[in-house]
Amino acid sequence: MKISGDRIFNVVSAVVAATAAVILAITAYTLATGSAPILQKEGLSFFTGIMWNPNPAHEVFGALPYLEGTLVTSAIALIIGVPLSLGIAIFLSEMSPATVRVPISYLVELLAAVPSVIYGLWGLFVFRFYVKDYLEIPLNKYLGWIPAFKGTPYGLDVLTAGLILAIMIIPTVSSISREVLRAVPNPIREGAYSIGATRWEVVSKWVVSYGRSGIFGAAILGLGRAVGETMAVTMVIGNSVGPDAIPTSLLKPSQTMASLIASNVRDASDPLSFSAYIGVGLMLLILGLSINVIAQVMVTRLLKVKGGAVE
Amino acid sequence: MNVEKREDPGMSEQERQRAPTDEFAMNTTGSMDVAPKLQSEGLRAFFGKNEALHGIDFSIRPNKVTAIIGPSGCGKSTFLRCLNRMHELTPGAKASGQVLLDGGNIYAPKIDPVLVRRRIGMVFQKPNPFPTMDIYDNVAAGLKLTGMKKGKNLDDIVKNSLQQASLWDEVKDELHKPGTSISGGQQQRLCIARTIAMQPEVILMDEPCSALDPIATSKVEELMVQLKGTYTVVVVTHNMQQAARVADFTAFFYLGKLIESGPTASLFEKPREELTERYLTGRFG
Repeated sequence: MKISGDRIFNVVSAVVAATAAVILAITAYTLATGSAPILQKEGLSFFTGIMWNPNPAHEVFGALPYLEGTLVTSAIALIIGVPLSLGIAIFLSEMSPATVRVPISYLVELLAAVPSVIYGLWGLFVFRFYVKDYLEIPLNKYLGWIPAFKGTPYGLDVLTAGLILAIMIIPTVSSISREVLRAVPNPIREGAYSIGATRWEVVSKWVVSYGRSGIFGAAILGLGRAVGETMAVTMVIGNSVGPDAIPTSLLKPSQTMASLIASNVRDASDPLSFSAYIGVGLMLLILGLSINVIAQVMVTRLLKVKGGAVE
Repeated sequence: MNVEKREDPGMSEQERQRAPTDEFAMNTTGSMDVAPKLQSEGLRAFFGKNEALHGIDFSIRPNKVTAIIGPSGCGKSTFLRCLNRMHELTPGAKASGQVLLDGGNIYAPKIDPVLVRRRIGMVFQKPNPFPTMDIYDNVAAGLKLTGMKKGKNLDDIVKNSLQQASLWDEVKDELHKPGTSISGGQQQRLCIARTIAMQPEVILMDEPCSALDPIATSKVEELMVQLKGTYTVVVVTHNMQQAARVADFTAFFYLGKLIESGPTASLFEKPREELTERYLTGRFG
């Protein structure tokens, strides 16, 4: 049989395409085998325990505070970042003329090109003082009776980390939401205008409502980014360990799963504590993967089925 | 000939001469024995720098069906969309001139286009019921915007509107199904019901049957004739037979100009312009 160029091309592209899947599988396998020792020793309490002591004499590893830290900082990122992103998306899709839309879309997407260590530096040397002076001190003074605002305003804590994450998810969430809104068929807008809806009503009651599952998907994708973000968070979250890392207040240093690994894994001296960090990595991978899968399913389903003519 | 010539103090002498309402009415729509419901004067429409309508003077009679015919790209849909200020929603689109609704210029600076659209409803080429709403809410949506709350009153208007659109009997047991779950013809009648619910004075229809099968088309055509009892109906159509069946008056547009208009029968049987005749006999278009 003659081997044609097409055939070679097919095989090569299939191999290249498979690489991504293979890398993911290898990563998952490595994390799973690497975390076997710690899971054997700690069992379920690896996920529910709050003590973390890598000292070989008193070794104990409970990863719950870091899971909580990850979830709380990501939640802040969503609560602040999603409305901002949606506002940007609405402006770009529904309000702005093309002369404004193109440069602004481009600028917003450039935010995604800023390396996360730059956000971390800026957070550490600039942003945290603003957060401390203009947010944390007033919050603590006037709302300090609420547990979430108890503590000493310092600027390196859950709130600052959450806000930095909020900024970091804006490019992802706003650009996907913008595409979702632009995929809303024009006849829907026209129908709404024709019965006397104002521009604001068309956007809020028709366009956003039609795109809601896609916007939800965009938010979930942003969540995926926030959950896995490491460098910037490590630099501003305060890096506490064990029970101190439980994010009981926004004005408290804490730790996320990613920042725990980044800030501490180099000090892992014995195989068990090393395995503990890998175990945290496995948790993070599973969380990140499931979030991304959910988001992709939601976004593609919306763009394909409902959007109709999406280029 | 008792058409009031509206003297607009802001109108220059030149513009006054360019809007010869009386002469126009005589030449094109036959003798005008009632005040027009809707009247365009020097209406020009643009897409960016492209001029799509070159100054249209046209009067539409109350409680009649007026059809606008012409080949694709002649500006008939653009004209229709200028009548309720939908045209300007297209990015880059502009209109100038005047459109008088009962004598008041809807393009006057203080006029809110939202309120214009509540008085002049519109039905589109492709049925566009709101997919996120059920049948009931599709009809009630416009009234809810005006602040009307759920209740007997709203229920009555929804029922009444669906009845006027000859849809009530088909959907009365499934008012809470999505607006997009019914057939295309039913969807178009739902869109008509949605327009009726706003209790407009004029209903504009932009090729309302072009996406429908013959049976659905004849239902919508029957509706147009019924609706003129209550409303003024303007329908854009590429289908000359349809204009002949439903319209009391017909206007022929070509290349952004109104070529001629008049009672449907006389326009079809004795067109005054050669262009009209050539279009009607299918020699172009």
